[in-house]
Amino acid sequence: MSELEAQKTQTATAEPIIQLENVSVSYRLPSERIGTFKEYAIRKLQRKIRIEKFWALTDISFQVNRGEVFGVIGNNGAGKSTMLKVISKVLKPTKGRVVVYGKIAPLLELGAGFHPELSGRENVYLNGALLGYSRSEMDAVFDEIVGFSELDQFINSPIRTYSSGMYARLGFAVATAHMPEILILDEILSVGDEAFQKKSRERLQSFQQQGATVLMVSHALDSMIGMCNRIAWIDHGILRQIGEPQDVIAAYRGENL
Amino acid sequence: MASSAKPVYDSASYRVSAISELKELRKYRYLLGQLIRRDILTRYKRSVLGVAWTMLNPLGTMLILTFVFSNFFKSAVPHYPVYILSGLLVWNFFSQGTNAAISGLVWGGSLLKRIYIPSSVFGVSAIGTALVNLILSLVPLVIVMLIDGAPFYWSLLFLPVSILLLTAFTLGFGLFISSLAVFFPDVAEMYQVLLTAWMYLTPIIYPENLISANWMPIYRINPMYWMVKMFRLPIFEGRLPTWGELLPALVWSVGMLVVGWVYFTSKTEEYAYRV
Repeated sequence: MSELEAQKTQTATAEPIIQLENVSVSYRLPSERIGTFKEYAIRKLQRKIRIEKFWALTDISFQVNRGEVFGVIGNNGAGKSTMLKVISKVLKPTKGRVVVYGKIAPLLELGAGFHPELSGRENVYLNGALLGYSRSEMDAVFDEIVGFSELDQFINSPIRTYSSGMYARLGFAVATAHMPEILILDEILSVGDEAFQKKSRERLQSFQQQGATVLMVSHALDSMIGMCNRIAWIDHGILRQIGEPQDVIAAYRGENL
Repeated sequence: MASSAKPVYDSASYRVSAISELKELRKYRYLLGQLIRRDILTRYKRSVLGVAWTMLNPLGTMLILTFVFSNFFKSAVPHYPVYILSGLLVWNFFSQGTNAAISGLVWGGSLLKRIYIPSSVFGVSAIGTALVNLILSLVPLVIVMLIDGAPFYWSLLFLPVSILLLTAFTLGFGLFISSLAVFFPDVAEMYQVLLTAWMYLTPIIYPENLISANWMPIYRINPMYWMVKMFRLPIFEGRLPTWGELLPALVWSVGMLVVGWVYFTSKTEEYAYRV
């Protein structure tokens, strides 16, 4: 842990790489979804299209600095994933502004985008393309991906024959094959067996040493204390607290346990 | 507080427009190729004959239709199998392409909600896949022409233009209908009914000279009538289209592509919320 502690103190240069200014996001409630033209036309005529809004995030402001490992915690449905989506350009905020000063590599929920009938090799290229890489960029890291995921023997077999652990390992290896400026991790530190978890943690640490910024969402609170420089606690779409990992997690636990 | 560096993404100035989406699509052209490859490889992955089905499929349909309708139309149309097949290829391309665009956007929706991808990539790759299938299905057309002893005309060289016109129209329509289907889930089902009616309002299995004069105005506003013509004239009648025949096809193609693209991209920011 001493190495980590040293890094933590290093990374206080405070150059913002992600800025959220009064960000709010609202979803329409699914029950309000209008299914047919007829329904739509009738309601439009009767001026009955009430849009019931659900605010997933309300007035969130904070910034993440370059080189930080920034954690986000909160109960299920608190708005953590929505926040990651707003930052990674998937959702445009309903109100407020998001500014990002670096290239983001999102981590696909593991296996999303994999096609079961294609081989591991073909899926590596397909997944890489979904993440925005070109053929030559994928060629350059292909062997490394196979090595890291420990799938040498199976790389030409259809992915439907893989175990869920093999699936997840390959997904992680593809998403982290290139070091991004900003890496977004949504609850994926529990991938694979213990040895693989250790390996994936080491990879994230080496990214951080090389200057990458990591934004992670997780429920593994204890391991977050060790890894994160700062933590934000989101509760019902509201930013409750932001600061030193121990303090925020203690406050969160105080309320939820 | 403010950084001097230029932001990579700023939600305040981020707008998806018809032009910006075109640039994004160019950036993601490798993904486009990968999606087309995936669709072609996986469709028949577990079947013994594999991609050959792309050619056998229209051939089988043509044989059935020829068998069923030859009593009615054979005397009216020489080389009836060639007549049917040339129309069927056009129709299959259109119906498969637009349906794949709908399911592609709905399927892609689960990804669009997780990571940033230009949403047009699904519609464009759907039409790309259909285009590969169309070109493959020209092989059985040539075989049928040889077997049936139908003449090969120089006007066949016009086919690349016909394919271009049809592709542009299908892409525009596919983007438009897939965008509608995101907002109104019933559209996908309604479209199947519409397609059936539309097919019978297009001279694919029956000869054009059977259309009564009263109905002609309806055919003239049917874009697929003109698209089928772009193929039938050079393959079947052995001549190039006149300007009067080319112009409606051209206007429909370019018009539909522009309308479809502009409409689709104007809704892009909402897809991740809706699908």
